[in-house]
Amino acid sequence: MTVTDQEQAEQTAQATTEIEQPSPLRQFWSSFRENHGAVVGLFTIIIMIGIAFSADLIAPHDPNQQYRDFLLIPPMWQDGGNSQFIFGTDPIGRDMLSRLIHGSRFSLMIGAISVTLALFFGVTLGLAAGFFRGWVDNLIMRTVDIVMAFPALLLALAVVAILGPSLMNATIAIAIVALPQYIRITRAAVMGEAARDYVTASKTAGANTLRLMFITILPNAMAPIIVQATLGFSSAILDAAALGFLGLGAQPPTPEWGTMLATAREFIRRAWWVMTFPGMAILITVLAFNLMGDGLRDALDPRLKE
Amino acid sequence: MTGEPILRANDLARHYTVSNGMFAKPSLVRALDGVSFELAERRTLAVVGESGCGKSTLARLLTMIEPQTRGRLSIAGTNIERAPKHVTPVMRQTVQIIFQDPFGSLNPRKKVGTIIGEPLVVNTKLTKAERREKVLDIMAKVGLRPEHFDRYPHMFSGGQRQRIAIARALVLRPKIIIADEPVSALDVSIQAQVLNLLMDLQEELGLAYVFISHDLSVVRHIADDVMVMYLGRAVEHGPAAEIFTSPQHPYTRALLASTPHINPEARSERIVLSGELPSPLSPPTGCAFHTRCPQAGDICALEQPAFAKFGGTNVACHFAGKFD
Repeated sequence: MTVTDQEQAEQTAQATTEIEQPSPLRQFWSSFRENHGAVVGLFTIIIMIGIAFSADLIAPHDPNQQYRDFLLIPPMWQDGGNSQFIFGTDPIGRDMLSRLIHGSRFSLMIGAISVTLALFFGVTLGLAAGFFRGWVDNLIMRTVDIVMAFPALLLALAVVAILGPSLMNATIAIAIVALPQYIRITRAAVMGEAARDYVTASKTAGANTLRLMFITILPNAMAPIIVQATLGFSSAILDAAALGFLGLGAQPPTPEWGTMLATAREFIRRAWWVMTFPGMAILITVLAFNLMGDGLRDALDPRLKE
Repeated sequence: MTGEPILRANDLARHYTVSNGMFAKPSLVRALDGVSFELAERRTLAVVGESGCGKSTLARLLTMIEPQTRGRLSIAGTNIERAPKHVTPVMRQTVQIIFQDPFGSLNPRKKVGTIIGEPLVVNTKLTKAERREKVLDIMAKVGLRPEHFDRYPHMFSGGQRQRIAIARALVLRPKIIIADEPVSALDVSIQAQVLNLLMDLQEELGLAYVFISHDLSVVRHIADDVMVMYLGRAVEHGPAAEIFTSPQHPYTRALLASTPHINPEARSERIVLSGELPSPLSPPTGCAFHTRCPQAGDICALEQPAFAKFGGTNVACHFAGKFD
């Protein structure tokens, strides 16, 4: 190499490093911010989490306290309303607003636990299927095919019927129903990454299987999994409400939104508020998670960029 | 002229079975079908051929990512029996690879320092500080600055990324580098820089290169020996000077004639090969090249030519030395 070559090389090396690119996090945030719906969803979720954590402080009444003199009181802005019960009371005189506020705890908890469970097992199984291929892949994916052949709610019902109706069992059932989606998404992402050269480079460096799977490949396959987890959160809340409505989820008097709907069913003609408010709560939560999930997908999925 | 060969391949072959669906018989692809060569310390062997001739398969065997189907591979005096299961860290530290695409070969979620240091984490018991020192040392050697240590690969240009890839390959102080088309994904102006860097490092660290390429002008620049491959086999193998001045095999001649020259007087008559590379699923009988060879005779379709010395090179052709 001549001296001029070396100088030139160094100059080019310096010139190229001057171009600073924004960090991945900043890039992500700037493209996430573009999507206003997603930002609204994000803030709704933050508010929801705040409500859930401070439920004991902000709820005006004990959610299970029955005010026998105030059965089926309409919301305060209607005739016959009482400013003590802003959203009215249910058929046995419990404050709707307090029950809704406490209900957010259950919905978020069901979402968090079932998504965590599904994420953990789904990612592990999907990673194994996509990495090892062959019979491991076949075994896992054919089982997934079988699970997916059942309608989701029917399968959840069957699982709860076996385990017995309770909030925890409903959460487990929801996780099992959601599992195939996590497995498939992880497998697809892992298969795409496993063929890349940087994985081969790690292999030549002597990285063992676990290192390759969890340290080399998994961080690069996370984007679609994060999106799926966010969207899975909303479907978990919805499924939990459905199970609660069918009497297989949270049991009365737990102020879970789906269970609240179920116990208020017979009063729908006389007292619209006992069904509308829990329904609205479910709708807003699910919508917020879906909006945020869509925004995340747009910001994280390179296939949808450009 | 040179010392003991550090890398020796003897009749190396790699066959893949390809499934044809559930009920059909699987077919056999002879991606690499008997290649022999020796590489001495501080020498560069260029492996040349068009796409699908088995160059990259050879790279995978030499780096011990995949086991050979047949033949013997000896690295620094150790026979490699069944890679990758019985490969010890010592053997792995002897051979490292540089990939073609610097955008795919660096983990996008890891910092440069982590990427270069990974071989040290896996193969040595150095402390974090010792690793950092070694990584910074090798970064300086390939022309990266210390502040690059904490940056991510996406902040670099193609040439810079290839420097990172080179640093990663060198951090274990290997004796042999397999370079799988290391410059073909780069701009021409950057190609020269990276090639010069590779040649400087060879001098400084005493490396032996297996340089895989389809670009003959690059090969002419860097190689001591050249092996021309066609459909999984070597067709001509010899010193670079001989191959470039008096190629013996008709395929080598066609390859050389296809290299563009700026100087009109240096242009040789273009030999146009008709047809395409035959499928390795059903290679032609006899000499694999006879379907496209302008000089093919009757014997070429029947018998596989043996390697024999003609002029300064080894050639596998029935008519070697018989045409001007």
